[in-house]
Amino acid sequence: MIEATNSGPRAKIVRLEKAIKTYQMGTQEVRALAGVDVSFEKGGFWAIMGPSGSGKSTMMNVLGCLDRLTSGSYYLEGQDVSQLDDDALSELRLKYLGFIFQSFNLIPQLSVQRNIELPLYYLGWDAIRSAERARELAEDVGLGDRLHHRPTELSGGQMQRVAIARALANDPQIIFADEPTGNLDSTTGVQIMELLAKLNEAGKTIVMVTHEANIAQYARCRLHMIDGRVDEIEES
Amino acid sequence: MRQTKVLRNIWLGIENLLLHKLRSFLTMLGVVFGVGSVVAMLSVGEGASKEALEQIRKLGSNNIIISSMKSAEEEQRSTTRTMMSVYGLTYEDQKRVAESFSTIRRTAPVKLMRKESRLGERTLELRVVATTPEWSALVPREVLAGRVLLPSDEAKQAPVAVLTEFGARKLLATKHSVGETIRIGGDQFEVIGIVKSESGRAGNIQIPDQEVDVYISLEVAKKYFGDIFTKVTSGSFERERVELHQIIVQVDDTKHVEATAAGIEEMLGRFHKKNDYVVSVPLALLKQAESTKRRFNIVLGSIAGISLLVGGIGIMNIMLASVTERTREIGIRRAIGAKRRQIIFQFLIETVVLSTTGGLIGLGLGVLIPLLITYFSGMATVVTLNGILLPLVISMAIGILFGLYPAMHAAKVDPIIALRHE
Repeated sequence: MIEATNSGPRAKIVRLEKAIKTYQMGTQEVRALAGVDVSFEKGGFWAIMGPSGSGKSTMMNVLGCLDRLTSGSYYLEGQDVSQLDDDALSELRLKYLGFIFQSFNLIPQLSVQRNIELPLYYLGWDAIRSAERARELAEDVGLGDRLHHRPTELSGGQMQRVAIARALANDPQIIFADEPTGNLDSTTGVQIMELLAKLNEAGKTIVMVTHEANIAQYARCRLHMIDGRVDEIEES
Repeated sequence: MRQTKVLRNIWLGIENLLLHKLRSFLTMLGVVFGVGSVVAMLSVGEGASKEALEQIRKLGSNNIIISSMKSAEEEQRSTTRTMMSVYGLTYEDQKRVAESFSTIRRTAPVKLMRKESRLGERTLELRVVATTPEWSALVPREVLAGRVLLPSDEAKQAPVAVLTEFGARKLLATKHSVGETIRIGGDQFEVIGIVKSESGRAGNIQIPDQEVDVYISLEVAKKYFGDIFTKVTSGSFERERVELHQIIVQVDDTKHVEATAAGIEEMLGRFHKKNDYVVSVPLALLKQAESTKRRFNIVLGSIAGISLLVGGIGIMNIMLASVTERTREIGIRRAIGAKRRQIIFQFLIETVVLSTTGGLIGLGLGVLIPLLITYFSGMATVVTLNGILLPLVISMAIGILFGLYPAMHAAKVDPIIALRHE
């Protein structure tokens, strides 16, 4: 554990130490994370795999600063964030993280442009700069002509592209993708995965949760979880 | 920069509300009617009380009015037996009142009678007000033509008359009529002036200031018409002897009005065996009217307040439903990095925009209603600045008050659960 510095190409961007997360389910205590020690390098592409109930979603929520550990530590770029309050975690998500979800999670009443602009709005960008950036991002994901459409007027693949554009808006350090192809047919799924792979090649760290092996093949490291523990890590 | 950000937030709120036009409109209705009724009620209340206060003020807040009144036993007697009833204030009373109190500035005795009058071709029953020149100082009226009664008229016992505007108009008198002869009863008077009419009924005080009055000198009236009046009621004669119908007293200072009135009451009591006069104080009426107005406003205010409360609850209800409906949106915003207070702010702005818009529409409605009331019923209504600002401030406050809970509710949403919410 000497790689605590966040400089250099092989610096660890996230590191969990003895991470434990427990939930109260009725009277029963469920251990979603039962002492995980793991670290990811900057620029990596990770797939977290495992059957349902293995703790992979919890892992993702913790890494994505949406949830806090019951005990243990979480270092994000060398900074211990496990004791931060809600506002500080929101700030981290806003500045350093991007999210892509299985069900796209676009805001239905907002146009494509407004959806992409959302992180910029909370970052306090002015309207003109935000609009410009949204257009660039939409063009990058091949939707430059759909800016004023509503998400409901788009296909699943297009919606996920909008979600990716939105996740990129704040130029995040890490992109979290929760079953990004789960609601897509296989052809569109492949296109989305190729887009993510391209982003990874361009230097973005990507952490993806999936239970599909063929999708996980796009990642460079696969982390298998069972019962809240890391079972094995395979690299390709 | 900060300002444009707030404006942008307001604009985003408006955009969101416009997505559900009907729902937003229906939500607003409660506040629309609440504010509308506050504005309308305040202006009607304000108008009504202003009218009453104005009339009382016209009587003079420094004045005391002593009126003759047929006592109850006298009333009884005159119906059973045919005889002359004698009652009321006397010339002596006026002298006594005027001389006994140092606080009294001036007094005007008034004798009233109805006489058939004729000017040129036209005949009209006028109310003749016989008084002294003091009258015009006590009840100042704009002189439209000629002049008012002067002490010299009184001294000379000159048969001169001053007409009021409406009486003059009914008799087809113009300003050229000054100098002409008017017949009052059986006697001829010279018209010396015309004064502006003002409808003069205030509370329960009748002052000799009706629209179709004619003013003559008291001395002249005494000489020409005497003190005995004959009324013909349903075939039987009724005769009564009244020297003075009213004495109007002006006190030097408002502070002395009530004490002087009490003094007059006590003094007259010693000279009158019967209870045949009444002392009324416009100032007391004014105070009473003002407290009535206050009470009236409180009642109106609380009724309107209840409707505003209902409007607020309506907004809160819809916003709570909206928060539930938009749980997923809140989750997305939180995941992207929105802080709790930014979520609170977003929802709060929506409710404030909603309630303030409702308030503005309600204001329009509330200003329109009094105008219609005035137009159709002639009732006076007054829209004051307070009557406008207060409901607006209240509607904004309602937005904040009833928006806060749903907004906090929204901010408490756990993003992880919200993102899974269908």
